[in-house]
Amino acid sequence: MENLIEIKNLHASIDGKEILKGINLTVKPGEVHAIMGPNGSGKSTLSNVLVGHPAYTVTEGEVIYKGKDLLTLKPEERSHEGIFLSFQYPVEIAGVSMTNFMRAAINAKREYHGESPMSATDFLKLMREKRALVNLDSKLANRSVNEGFSGGEKKRNEIFQMAMLEPTLSILDETDSGLDIDALRIVAEGVNKLKRPDTSTLVITHYQRLLDYIKPDIVHVLYNGKIVKTAGPELALELEERGYDWIKNPQN
Amino acid sequence: MGNEKEYIEIFDRHRQLIEENSAALLNEKRAEAIQKFKASGFPGRKDEEYLRSDAAKLFAADYGMNLGRIKANAAPHDSFTCEVPNLRAHQEFIVNDSYCPPPANISPMPEGVLLGSLNEFAKTHRELILPYYNAQAGSGDSIAQFNTTFTQDGLFLYIPKGTKVEETIQLVTILHTNIEQMSNRRILIILEEGAEANLLICDHAASDKKTLSLQTAEVFLGRSATLNLFEIEETGYSNNRLSQTYIKQQAGSRLNHCNITLTNGFTRNSTKVTLAGEGAEANLTGLAICDKQQHTDNHTLIEHKVGHCTSNELYKYILDEQSCGVFSGKMLIQPDAQHTVSQQTNRNLCLTDCARMYAQPQLEIYADDVKCSHGSTVGQLDNNALFYMQQRGIPLDEARHLLMYAFAGEIIENITIEPIRERLHMLIEKRFRGELNRCKGCTLCKKQL
Repeated sequence: MENLIEIKNLHASIDGKEILKGINLTVKPGEVHAIMGPNGSGKSTLSNVLVGHPAYTVTEGEVIYKGKDLLTLKPEERSHEGIFLSFQYPVEIAGVSMTNFMRAAINAKREYHGESPMSATDFLKLMREKRALVNLDSKLANRSVNEGFSGGEKKRNEIFQMAMLEPTLSILDETDSGLDIDALRIVAEGVNKLKRPDTSTLVITHYQRLLDYIKPDIVHVLYNGKIVKTAGPELALELEERGYDWIKNPQN
Repeated sequence: MGNEKEYIEIFDRHRQLIEENSAALLNEKRAEAIQKFKASGFPGRKDEEYLRSDAAKLFAADYGMNLGRIKANAAPHDSFTCEVPNLRAHQEFIVNDSYCPPPANISPMPEGVLLGSLNEFAKTHRELILPYYNAQAGSGDSIAQFNTTFTQDGLFLYIPKGTKVEETIQLVTILHTNIEQMSNRRILIILEEGAEANLLICDHAASDKKTLSLQTAEVFLGRSATLNLFEIEETGYSNNRLSQTYIKQQAGSRLNHCNITLTNGFTRNSTKVTLAGEGAEANLTGLAICDKQQHTDNHTLIEHKVGHCTSNELYKYILDEQSCGVFSGKMLIQPDAQHTVSQQTNRNLCLTDCARMYAQPQLEIYADDVKCSHGSTVGQLDNNALFYMQQRGIPLDEARHLLMYAFAGEIIENITIEPIRERLHMLIEKRFRGELNRCKGCTLCKKQL
């Protein structure tokens, strides 16, 4: 099967400090990969680089996504091509309603793919339908983006947006942080419902907990800017039990 | 003195021409005004209040002045449509500084309401106007004195006791000239006890020539009167404006003033409010959207003379490219003004490194039992929000527009008249997209932005 994304020897830095020191990672359509690792290992940097965050500079390596050179695409083009990042800290945007925000996003994507803008009726119907998926209150949809949302509501709102945009590659950056058990279940169920045989997911997390709900095919451990271990789902359980020390200091 | 001498000479040489073409009441105030003007000259960098807005330099051009009151070659009632959809508006026109009489079929105002040429009403209703004309502007700065020296016409609005004018009155001012031109227009508004009115003043330009508009407005609000006053400037980069608005409020009266600068060259709006009766309320809001070399200065003074009055101010600026914004707001709380509630907010966005904002919020409090606050911020668009939107597929330009639009929204949402609010939403969106260069259906607006 053809690869969905192929990351080759990726090096990236922020403010002159190298964070990613040669990442190699290949994801095939339909696969769920978990990326785990201790704090400061470069997990969030990897997700930010993949979506084109301007603060990060790629110094070496390449990323081939759907056969295209991903790193030459603008952030919005990566989005149109189907890459979605569920932010660890979703941003509050005062004065911009969820509806206007989502309509701008949907119609920009449609324009990119040569389609005409969605009618107001169809759009509102789609909003209603996708909102139900993550039990997002209609009141929240009428408010400004993430403004005054609780931690759980913000994460549910991320998955709602994911549902609206139907990405091919979803990157969940610590989507479990700040969630109680019920919210975690709702979010994870939302992700699972959105899963299609041709879509892939990168789950970035510290804990095994989220992986109880979103089952990974492959688990990677990122440490000091490199992937140091790759195995099946059993690796996550082992990490939960033993911590990261045995990976940091392999001689022990 | 620089250009002052030239204008003093113009006045001396053409005084007869000016006076022949104006009501006696307007002429009676000229001698004192020119004396005051001579004493202080044009305000510029040397004056604290004009430190960031050098008005003197605007007078350097060799402007034409229509002292002989030659009728403008424009029939605005037929050719100019600055229509606000869904708004029932009574439209009045001033071309440069001449009032254009409306067609005979214009909808009549309620009984007792006087609306039309200030110059004509100064002849027919001298006793009514005498106590008000120049009563506030007479102690104003030298720009107001200059206006009193030269002004020959403008708009007069009088609403008698207890009369509520439902229909919004829209005054459209049009700059229409083939030469570099100066206009001196004058506005006098009197609302008697309990009267209510909505007045929308739109500034347009139908000319690329350099112009300077001096507008001096005096507003008198009687007990419990309410005035909603909207000003929208939609001129061009070569059009400059120096506006002075004086408002005196009696007990229980209410003023909502919203001043929006969408496109212009150099603008300085001075708004001075005197709260002279207990329980009076003044709400001043303003929005300036600037780019290129645009310069917009809002200078406000709210004087609380007596107790139990309320004032609120909210001014916002969005400055792109090399534009410059100035906000200076003073709340002056006199010793007798106990239980004053006064709040002032100024928020500004600088979109480039070259855009400049000068903010000077000021409180001067001589009473001891008051609740006053002020605050001012200057910032940039939130990069995290921009990136968040880009990640969702919204192109950077569009994301910037959404954030700018949201920033401006706070001012627009305060507007109580829905059609005006909707119109402004549309105008501002077009402004951000750089599409604001003419009104729909307008044959006069040919200006290039």
